Amino acid sequence: MFSDGREHFQRELQRLNDLILKMGAMVEKSIYNSVEALKKNNPKLAKEVVGTDDAIDKVELEIDELCLELLATQQPMAVDLRFITTGMRVGSDLERIGDLSVDIAQRAVELSEQPLLKPLIDIPKMAELAEKMVHKALDSFVKRDANLARSLWEDEAKADSYRDLVTDELTGIMSKDASTTSRALPLILIARHLERIADHATNVAEDVVYMVEGKVIKHGPK
Amino acid sequence: MIDVDLKVTQNKITALIGPSGCGKSTLLRVFNRMNDLIDGVRVTGNVKVGGEEILGEGTDLIALRKKVGMVFQRPNPFPLSIYENVVYGLRIHGVKDKKALDKAFERSLSSVLLFDELKDMQNDNALTLSLEQQQRLCIARLLSVVPDVLLMDEPCSALDPLATMRIEELMIELKKQYSIVIVTHNMQQAARISDDCGYMLLGELVEFGETKQIFTTPGDKRTEDYITGRFG
Repeated sequence: MFSDGREHFQRELQRLNDLILKMGAMVEKSIYNSVEALKKNNPKLAKEVVGTDDAIDKVELEIDELCLELLATQQPMAVDLRFITTGMRVGSDLERIGDLSVDIAQRAVELSEQPLLKPLIDIPKMAELAEKMVHKALDSFVKRDANLARSLWEDEAKADSYRDLVTDELTGIMSKDASTTSRALPLILIARHLERIADHATNVAEDVVYMVEGKVIKHGPK
Repeated sequence: MIDVDLKVTQNKITALIGPSGCGKSTLLRVFNRMNDLIDGVRVTGNVKVGGEEILGEGTDLIALRKKVGMVFQRPNPFPLSIYENVVYGLRIHGVKDKKALDKAFERSLSSVLLFDELKDMQNDNALTLSLEQQQRLCIARLLSVVPDVLLMDEPCSALDPLATMRIEELMIELKKQYSIVIVTHNMQQAARISDDCGYMLLGELVEFGETKQIFTTPGDKRTEDYITGRFG
């Protein structure tokens, strides 16, 4: 994956790669479990998600420290430089995704105390999409595949429409019957959190395009 | 030397950096008593190698320099064959057994990744080798007497960037078996390969610590000025 020569440095880059994958697997699990906890009305599982956040944060710090060390000591250039700076950004996006999963899990705990307002249809679909996006973004990172990264733009638009759909439906219910607010609002927030997760996955994908092609595509036409 | 207190850790690379004339080479030469060769030199303090004080009068300098070998800026092979260069130290120490010499030759040259390259030309004059090969050979010459510590004084400054990179990789490989102290005015080199690093200025060891700490969060303003290029 990395160029020849400077074996020691290459090993360190591989270590960075592995740390990012490890963190990616951890946050994917958090997203999945947070929504599972909601679907299955399982506050115990939701609390587990909250509990694993410290471990996720710890890996982020490890990634940061390694990137800083490599920047300070190894004089990385070109593709290596882009890989390391991307690594730092991906670490911070994954950490935010982890936090958002914790937010979802906390809403799931709140909701577990009363019956669900309506059967969940779109939120599980949206969670599946968000999780798939994180997975795909990390896959594009590992494979250095800018085209795979670009395929997330379409997914992001889908995530936005799901959020609008869920929000419209629930505000409709609330406006008819204000007593549903305490059960509807957390679901709106969950849809919002899932949409933010999709955004962070998209950020990772944008960073991957930069890493592979050296092109900056955020804040502009893709 | 002012206020020099440091510990060279086993199986690590310790680098000494600092501007020209700061005393880093002088400090390096303390460790194998090379400064004794300077007229009028005065030495105070304590230096222990493997727990043994080496500044005392009774120190066996030949044994010390066997234990603490040194590589210099300019490769300095003897004008002898490749083979004789490598086994030179052993011969001096009285080894005559051809089998033992052959074994040491193969082991030492393999350690510097030259054996396969040079085994069929071991009788050629060492001066015909490239500079990088000569420097590797000089390292192999030290390894033949199985030292504990390798002192390297600007070991790459006569080499081109690719050869430098390969010697750096070799050093990282060698630290698995030896403890290495390197003096370099190439700060990036110290950053790349060392585990611990000391910054010297006007004979003083300003700061000594883990390399990643020195290069990310130095504790002394003078170190920061030097490594950020604001001074020196």
